[in-house]
Amino acid sequence: MRSCLPDYELVAPANLREALALMAGEPGAWKPFAGGTDLMVLLEAGKLPHKRFLSLWHLRELKGIEVSPTAVTLGALTTYTEVLRHPVLQQEFPCLCQGARETGGVATQNRGTLGGNIANASPAADSPPALLVYDAELELVSATGSRWVPYRGFHSSYKQMDLRPNELIARIRLPRVGRPRRHYYRKVGTRKAQAISKVVFAGVAEVEGGVVRDVRIALGSVAPTVLRCAKTEAVLRGHPTVESTVAAAQAALAGEIAPIDDFRSTAKYRRRVSLNLLAVFLQSCLGTVEQGPGPEPWYGA
Amino acid sequence: MCDERHKVNVTCRVNGREYTLCVFPLMRLLDVLREELRLTGTKEGCGEGECGACSVLIDGELVNSCLVPALQVNGAEITTIEGIADGDRLHTVQEAFIEAGGAQCGICTPGMILAAVSLLGRMPEPSEEDMRAGLAGNLCRCTGYMKIFEAVARVCQKTGTKVNA
Repeated sequence: MRSCLPDYELVAPANLREALALMAGEPGAWKPFAGGTDLMVLLEAGKLPHKRFLSLWHLRELKGIEVSPTAVTLGALTTYTEVLRHPVLQQEFPCLCQGARETGGVATQNRGTLGGNIANASPAADSPPALLVYDAELELVSATGSRWVPYRGFHSSYKQMDLRPNELIARIRLPRVGRPRRHYYRKVGTRKAQAISKVVFAGVAEVEGGVVRDVRIALGSVAPTVLRCAKTEAVLRGHPTVESTVAAAQAALAGEIAPIDDFRSTAKYRRRVSLNLLAVFLQSCLGTVEQGPGPEPWYGA
Repeated sequence: MCDERHKVNVTCRVNGREYTLCVFPLMRLLDVLREELRLTGTKEGCGEGECGACSVLIDGELVNSCLVPALQVNGAEITTIEGIADGDRLHTVQEAFIEAGGAQCGICTPGMILAAVSLLGRMPEPSEEDMRAGLAGNLCRCTGYMKIFEAVARVCQKTGTKVNA
């Protein structure tokens, strides 16, 4: 049933300072409201228990993409459209652009924000696996100051995160690497647009002479939170991408993920697809398949 | 003033005309358009951002009006299907949809046309893939989409730009 609109408040603070002051005045009373692409769905379904919201959409302090020699820093209100149109992100962080391109459709991409996607804390979200493989850091601000935290470890359990009631996510920083890397992003859903993932996979690797020098792997929809797969990475690091390494990495990944049956897919399917995508990623590191969506699954091991 | 429990004043321009409304801040833009302004050309499909039937333009950008709260359009310029024709003269995209048979039951059509207008606005020479991506958020359960893509391609022919295969 629809929510009763008179029960809800949405106020628009004039600037970030005012927003943070309101949050500091009554910790936990006000929750942030960015582009509305998740919260409006809950409102319409009568499933929005919190009643008082701060509209952040117009706050300039939380917008814009800054490029420095060492990092790209995105305001938390950066929309998917802004992500996928940005030339430096396209060049150096293609998994993030691909994730943005495959989120909803154009209308959702115009309103949905990276900060909102993070704070919504869905384990099935499209951009967080990309943020994880690029070692993103988050700036959390409050009326009393700011702190930078690694995005990895930000989500402690299902829908839980390291964000205090008086804090907002202000910026997302992606360190620039400056060395050539292989990037692979693949979202598996019922259709290309307007679908929530059954499995989403992001991987980035530095490969030299067939040997994995460094690698980062993250998945969505296979655990209570989006997941950086450190054990699988450890199996691969320093090893050649030969079949036996692929098999060992798949075994490690099978132990790291914890997919479930739900209305979108089954644990069995998610497990199989996760292992296949890992193999496709490793093949792509050797340059034997194209990166990105398209290649046939490689049913190794 | 506008003080009935939590209601707020929202001023925006819709199809070139300025309105000041007293509404609940979380009222959906879709309901503002249809119920406050009687602009019923914008349709409700799913009401959860999945189908695109309620697409309108805010400051030139395509949005699902069912997911935008009234407060966030304060100061914005909104274009609905009622605002794209020039008086009695239809917009080129509207003409092309008629000529190509790009509409059947009509529920998706206003949103589909605004998505096409938005696509052609930022990409006058879309490839077939661009067209599919540009309209991917707008579902049609009648046409099978081919006549809709044909309509978009017709616009490009008319305006002298070509559709890249």
